[in-house]
Amino acid sequence: MNRQVWRTEAGGSGIDRGEPRSFTFNQWRLEGYAGDTVASALMANGVRLVGRSFKYHRPRGVFGIGAEEPNALLQIGTGARREPNTRATVQELYQDLLAQTQNHWPSLQFDLGSLVNAAGALFPAGFYYKTFVTNPKRWLWYEKHIRRMAGLGPPPSEPDPDHYAHSNAHCDLLIAGAGPAGLAAALVAGNAGARVILADENPALGGQLLLAPQQVDGQPGQEWAAAAHARLAAMPNVRVLTRTTVSGVYEHGHFALVERCTDHLAEPAPHLPRQRFWTVRARDAVFATGAIERPIAFANNDRPGVLLLSAVRGYLERYGVLAGRTAVLFANNDSVYNTARELAAAGMRIEAVVDPRPFVSEAAAQAKADRLHVLSGHAVVGARGWRSVRAAEVAPIDANGKVKGVTSVLACDLIGVSGGWNPAVHLHAQSRGSLAFRVDLAAFVPQSAGAPYQSAGAAAGVYDLAGCLQQGYAAGAVATRALGFEQADEPLAPPVISDPVGNAPAFWGVQASRGARCFLDLQNDVTTKDVSLAHRENYVSVEHLKRYTTLGMGTDQGKTSNVAGLALMASKRRQPLPTVGTTTFRPPYTPFTFNAMAGGRWREVGHPVRRTAVHDWHAANGAVWTDAAGWARPMYYETEGQAPQQRIDEEVLAVRQTVGVVDVSTLGKLDIQGPDAPEFLDRVYVNRFSNLKVGRGRYGVMLREDGRVFDDGVTMRLGPDHFHMTTTTNHAGAVFQFLEYLLQVVWPELRVFVTPVTEQWFAAALSGPNARAMLADLAPEVDVSNEALPMMGMAEGIVGGVPARIFRLSFSGEIAYEINVDADYGLSLWNVILAAGVAHDLKVYGTEAMGTLRIEKGHFTHAEADGRVTLGDLGLDTMISPAKDCIGKRSLSLPDLVAPGRKQMVGLIAEEGSHIPVGAQLGLNDDLETPQESQGHVTSHAYSATLGRHIALALVRDGLARHGERLYAVSPVMGERAAVEVVAPCFYDPEGGRQRG
Amino acid sequence: MLLISCPWCGPRDETEFVYGEAAVERPADPASTTDAEWTDYLYFRDNPKGEHKELWFHRSGCHRWFVLERNTVTHAIAGAYPPKARPVTEDEA
Amino acid sequence: MSRRYSIWALARNALRHHEGWQKAWRSPEPKPAYDALIIGGGGHGLATAYYLAKLHGLHNIAVLERGWIGGGNTGRNTTIVRSNYLLDENALFYEHSLKLWEGLSEDLNYNVMFSQRKVINTCHTPAEREATVRRYNSMRLLGIDAEFLSREDLARIEPAMNLSPDSRFPILCALAQPRGGSARHDAVAWGYARAADALGVDIIQNCEVTGIDRDQATGAVIGVQTTRGQIEARKIGIAVAGHSSQVAAMAGVRLPIESHLLQAFVSEPVKPFLNTVVSTGAAHFYISQTNKGEVLLGGELDGYNSFSQRGTLPKVQDVVANATEMFPCIGRLRFMRQWAGVMDMTMDGSPIIGKLPVQGLYMSGGWCYGGFKATPGSGWCLAWTIAKDEPHKLNAGLSLERFRTGHMIDEKGAGPFPKAH
Repeated sequence: MNRQVWRTEAGGSGIDRGEPRSFTFNQWRLEGYAGDTVASALMANGVRLVGRSFKYHRPRGVFGIGAEEPNALLQIGTGARREPNTRATVQELYQDLLAQTQNHWPSLQFDLGSLVNAAGALFPAGFYYKTFVTNPKRWLWYEKHIRRMAGLGPPPSEPDPDHYAHSNAHCDLLIAGAGPAGLAAALVAGNAGARVILADENPALGGQLLLAPQQVDGQPGQEWAAAAHARLAAMPNVRVLTRTTVSGVYEHGHFALVERCTDHLAEPAPHLPRQRFWTVRARDAVFATGAIERPIAFANNDRPGVLLLSAVRGYLERYGVLAGRTAVLFANNDSVYNTARELAAAGMRIEAVVDPRPFVSEAAAQAKADRLHVLSGHAVVGARGWRSVRAAEVAPIDANGKVKGVTSVLACDLIGVSGGWNPAVHLHAQSRGSLAFRVDLAAFVPQSAGAPYQSAGAAAGVYDLAGCLQQGYAAGAVATRALGFEQADEPLAPPVISDPVGNAPAFWGVQASRGARCFLDLQNDVTTKDVSLAHRENYVSVEHLKRYTTLGMGTDQGKTSNVAGLALMASKRRQPLPTVGTTTFRPPYTPFTFNAMAGGRWREVGHPVRRTAVHDWHAANGAVWTDAAGWARPMYYETEGQAPQQRIDEEVLAVRQTVGVVDVSTLGKLDIQGPDAPEFLDRVYVNRFSNLKVGRGRYGVMLREDGRVFDDGVTMRLGPDHFHMTTTTNHAGAVFQFLEYLLQVVWPELRVFVTPVTEQWFAAALSGPNARAMLADLAPEVDVSNEALPMMGMAEGIVGGVPARIFRLSFSGEIAYEINVDADYGLSLWNVILAAGVAHDLKVYGTEAMGTLRIEKGHFTHAEADGRVTLGDLGLDTMISPAKDCIGKRSLSLPDLVAPGRKQMVGLIAEEGSHIPVGAQLGLNDDLETPQESQGHVTSHAYSATLGRHIALALVRDGLARHGERLYAVSPVMGERAAVEVVAPCFYDPEGGRQRG
Repeated sequence: MLLISCPWCGPRDETEFVYGEAAVERPADPASTTDAEWTDYLYFRDNPKGEHKELWFHRSGCHRWFVLERNTVTHAIAGAYPPKARPVTEDEA
Repeated sequence: MSRRYSIWALARNALRHHEGWQKAWRSPEPKPAYDALIIGGGGHGLATAYYLAKLHGLHNIAVLERGWIGGGNTGRNTTIVRSNYLLDENALFYEHSLKLWEGLSEDLNYNVMFSQRKVINTCHTPAEREATVRRYNSMRLLGIDAEFLSREDLARIEPAMNLSPDSRFPILCALAQPRGGSARHDAVAWGYARAADALGVDIIQNCEVTGIDRDQATGAVIGVQTTRGQIEARKIGIAVAGHSSQVAAMAGVRLPIESHLLQAFVSEPVKPFLNTVVSTGAAHFYISQTNKGEVLLGGELDGYNSFSQRGTLPKVQDVVANATEMFPCIGRLRFMRQWAGVMDMTMDGSPIIGKLPVQGLYMSGGWCYGGFKATPGSGWCLAWTIAKDEPHKLNAGLSLERFRTGHMIDEKGAGPFPKAH
């Protein structure tokens, strides 16, 4: 049984009556047709009540027919795909679609939230500012309850199962909107050979041509549009994107577009992205985004059954749906008369056409002659009904819009309203174009002078069809000519049959009785009284008005309400509307899904994981990972049944007692060459490198220009003009960038090339008493004796069958060699090392053991050199060569850098049996509850299996003079504490005999 | 997304570059500066609202630093050029 | 009828159709001279005027605002209030500010909706845990509230958070300041404006300062030139963060500040599911849910000097990508509104409140990301400094002079790069 009782017998150019679609709305199973939107299908089934408003929970119905819809917001879909706040006017119908209403309790029909409506007088604009003036504790309690009323639909609770795509495109001309003007512009530009992208938010091209019966070139409008679409689709240089919204205009011709690829499909193929986010770099653009009809404020103008007039017309033309049985049409422009005829012809009873204009236009006179009931000089002053309109209150008005006679009540179930149009200037304004106010249209239009892009058609304030086409052709021609394309003469606009165009003078609303509510912003429940109140309280600037009343801050972004609110404020201020101005237009034009912008793959694109050559080996052998500058580094290697600390202790002891190996590929590596390289390094490092012998290395520290420690590492001299610099993992990129800055900007006269080679090398460090013997096994051709390869020496040769550089340097304090090979040979070398290690009790260790080893040796890292400390603070100022300048040296004599009281690096030993808490501060007592003056803080700490004690490095106020003092490492947030003794930072082999041995 | 013309590579998306800092001249001989002169260089900036000369680094490209003249209000770009031409030495010439 | 706001006043006014409400503040014509002028009618400037009038007895003062009050960064931020700083100067200042927040609604008789819903910092690596715990311990030593949150705690407090070890940046734990939270940004400007106005302060909107007049002999300030004429005053406070360099330059003062753009955006409103304010360092962004139900997100600076008040796309995409990784269920919400504020970024990332090297000229600026939560404290300290011609001990360290001595208050240790803070 077809229950689509509001569907006409025939007509509806957008639907396919041969393709029924059934769907579910709350508990009801309903039917529509392919081509319907959820809104048109609901209306076809006579559904009036589709939602509750944000604040007062008043019943609401469908109001518009497109993206401007403030009321009909539904949850679409189920489970993880359920999407709240979806405009029923945009969502296309598919088989078995599930739509649910939202923002009500317990039900849509009976919503207790509407008690707020009954007490509405207590909830004016600014309600919260004036009430609950209390302390934060009480406010938090009130707020908990207030928040329950917040929001529209329920939030999604599961991760989004769909996937999304990103596309980048370039074009000569981007055209936003494919109504008559956009189509015309695209045809011209496409014919001229320009690369064109034409995007329209609807499934079919044509814009207004689809929503009213008109003729172009002897064809019905929608057929002309379809033919134009076909012509454009056939041009290889034109890309037509339907269901695609040009959402944002950004710098330098950059545009964001959102394409809805599968939201209209019942069962999309799994490979299809749900939406596609386009970023388009266009040389030029034309905005043909049309105009948005504006409502007129009257009492209870929010009732279900009050619709925009063009929507009423569009539902009939496009979907064959009657928005009511008996209509009162209320419009200040001539579009109403043809609409009335069409509706009457389709079987609607037109109770009256109410025209507030003080004169009788030609079209009105004609309509009267055609026996339409036209009430010129009248206005609808109120709507009656609750869940649906039952009647319109109509009264005569004077030239100023004041009611001057008796109100009559006309029974009806539909009030179609048109207060004229506002050009959709959003994209123009986003592109920094300015706006001009046209009094004849009572609307802001794009100011073409100085605008970066052209607007055309209704978006530019041209409302007649012939004018739209003509302006579209012209805009396309102007753009393509400016882009340098050979341009045939722009075609003459074809003959059209369309509505008469009359001016829509400013008419924003009628005066209502004190108690009545005339809505401006339907979604946020902002009434004319709220605007009056804002004015009374001096919130008179447009932004104050918006923020105080929330006008235009809903999901519809004020498309139908903003200008009316501003106009009302202007009249209150007794100033012209353009003086009052508009609020700023910001992206996006219509809201779109976060995931369209983020997409699933952003996670790896935004933060790619860097993997060393032996990553998979680490993973297969129980690596527990940490992230360092994007690198995945093993902290330690898990084995079943062992506590992490036990593993780390084993790794540490292996290095101290036998030998360990660690993957150090992540350390930054820079290849530095050129005749001025030694001089350059002297200027960069605090210590001297020009006197370094070839084949030897030196530990260097570089400062920032402000004198703080920047980075450190060992640099080897490979040849007279050739160095291999290592940096910390974290600062590899920053050091490279800084060196390039110095070479290119500060000292361009230096002949030096720096090449980042971190990823080119795989590096493994062998450390421990057995390291030399093991290296001898691995590199039988290399003389690894202490004489041939001493500390800070290097050798080149074959290691494990692979050409390698061997650097003898030590971070752990043991004999150690860093073996560097081509990264492609990394895994091969690693496996050879592991095989050779069996005979030497080799253990692989991770960053935790490495950290413990260096803390035992008192070497600083970024934990100590945290960007605030100087070399002096680290007790290393003797490194600074007095004989030469270097980056940052000048700053070291600034008063604060030599002032007493600076924090200086020390070692800490915890009392036997106690451990040093994570993130501890240092105090003079161990009271965790009472505030006390911090003496400094722990920077790194570890359990030293070597010493059998918990040890730490710390920065302590005047710490160099406090060795031997007892302090307390306290962590109030963890409830932990330990007594510690301040000692020199090096805990193990301070003379360094082991590493040199 | 700014479109920045690298003097070596041509127009590229902003995300290929990293902004360095305002193009300030480093004192030729820091040791001879007063504290005031040195901290002027180190910390104090004109911060113009309008035309700004600044240094950018083509990180995901040619690894070159260059000066960009950009309007800080409109992002209009007036020019992009190398910071200082390196003098050509005799044996290179 | 009393001007005081309360539920009773509201009920009384409802009976009169709300036609009895008075202006929240007057719009007077500027007088030819004042005892003190505050340039900038944002939260900071209005708060300064309020405390000058209330605590220091200066009533013949005016706030000069170029556009509409609260229209700068007061109205373009993510409304977070906290005092979880590492370094003493910042922590003590922001804690003072937080304490003022706690009494602000009652003090101003205007509900600024300061909601102490808790501010959470997540930690993603051991190094980050170490640094964050240290910072929160430092707060505790200063007497500021701070607590540790395990993954189990997080699962309870923010059920929507992705605690999976397979996340790109797995969450190890978090630290929180329970007294932190958010407030209603516009209300702060309006509340201070209304309260200052009641104490006689002239709030003059649409009045742009175009020059600062100085005595030729002494160099001291003697007044300002504005688009509404000349106004005399011997004490002038600048509170125009975002444009501090431009206004200070009118008096020949150069600042260690660059202006950078910070973007924020909201989703469509949905029923509440986020309970606190969460921020994360690993993938820099912060997220909360407003009382209207919008999910509010902010992230990093655009990365280059900018006054455009208009964001570009890449940073927003980064924030969205990171946020949907950490809160997967927001992926299907819709991006609704985007805006940007011009931040005064100092060379060490900490603010400047105090005297400028021109007699009678004072400033509060360089707020970097932290301006909104600083509003009461900034006004309180600037008012003190203007009234006494010397800083309070809370802002003594936050002086411009520190950029001459090298005393950097550098929370991140990032060095003299404004965009890095």
